Amino acid sequence: MRITYRDKQYETKPNITARDAIKKIGLNPEAVLVVVNGKLVTDDVVLREGDEVKLVAVVSGG
Amino acid sequence: MRCRKCGERAVINMRHHKLALCGEHYVEWFAAQTERAIEKYAMFSREERVLVAVSGGKDSLALWDVLLRLGYQADGLYIALGINAPIPYSDVSLEKAQKFVANGNWRVTKEDALPAPRPTLHVVDIAATYGKTIPEIARAKMRGQGRPCAACGLTKRYVMNRLALEQGYAVLATGHNLDDEIAVLFQNTLHWQMGYLARQAPVLPASREGLVKKVKPLCRFYERETATYALVRGIDYIYDECPHATGNLTNFYKTLLNQLETESPGAKLSFYLEFLRARDEGAFEAFNRTEELHACEVCGQPTSAPGRCAFCRMWDVSR
Ligand code: SF4
Ligand SMILES: [Zn+2]
Ligand SMILES: [Zn+2]
Repeated sequence: MRITYRDKQYETKPNITARDAIKKIGLNPEAVLVVVNGKLVTDDVVLREGDEVKLVAVVSGG
Repeated sequence: MRCRKCGERAVINMRHHKLALCGEHYVEWFAAQTERAIEKYAMFSREERVLVAVSGGKDSLALWDVLLRLGYQADGLYIALGINAPIPYSDVSLEKAQKFVANGNWRVTKEDALPAPRPTLHVVDIAATYGKTIPEIARAKMRGQGRPCAACGLTKRYVMNRLALEQGYAVLATGHNLDDEIAVLFQNTLHWQMGYLARQAPVLPASREGLVKKVKPLCRFYERETATYALVRGIDYIYDECPHATGNLTNFYKTLLNQLETESPGAKLSFYLEFLRARDEGAFEAFNRTEELHACEVCGQPTSAPGRCAFCRMWDVSR
């Protein structure tokens, strides 16, 4: 399953929670928001094969 | 995770408040919390005109949006810094600010309320006004050493204060969130900068003539909460940070504090609120010295040393 974060792509196995996936790719769950198939969701959502997952960094702007 | 109010799917789970909400109820909650902060810290009233410092980022646009929806008289000030390398940061962020006004989403007030009048976006172009962009003045003054942030911060503070006073605004509002505040708090605590600690607050009163009152209505929201508000409200903000912000100390402290928050939900909130409590109880009072100020001999704005102020010296402004 593919996860996009800041123009980069990451691969993880499906059927894990978004929170676990975020930790697996080395990010902090506090620092990102999870958008699955275009919808903002909480990080307890289980990611399925074929989901389009985008992580949005919360730090931005100046 | 389900919304506590309606049972729909939640868009955010705030562990530190033990509260999960759907998009609709989150926007409602965010507005109510903003209103509470404005009232609690006596920031401004609906009769007063507020100038919002708009960067085109999520925090400042979220702030402008929520103030307009709450029925406050809020205009924006965008300062064009001329930072367009290696990415067109300034150009894109100005576009976002202009789009925010043009698309009129902020009109959606409560069903029964009248649409808010169209807000004004003031734009001050630094290069057009003072002859150089921020990177250019920084290179000229600091011989290309380090980041342009010192020159940038000084210029922004000066221009914001000056425009707010000239245009008769009662307050200047900035979009600082709790993560911004505790990053500074952490730094000041590490170095026990008592004077800085004494002056860090949600409201800086207009203590004397020539200095506008400054307020931070979003200071109790986590950064993820202002980002969530911007996403749910469909605000198109600049996602990239200023190229000079990457790798700065503030972001490093934010990362550290987020690690702490993950292990101990609510740690960030209590760090900030307990600091404010200690401050209210007078813990830093002895360090809150009011230094004598002089009027700058060129522009008249308050300055700590007689002669020209730091802004006029840097920009070589003379009579
Ligand atoms: S990071 Fe530095 S240069 Fe960029 S906007 Fe902030 S203060 Fe200015
Ligand atoms: Zn709900
Ligand atoms: Zn001056």
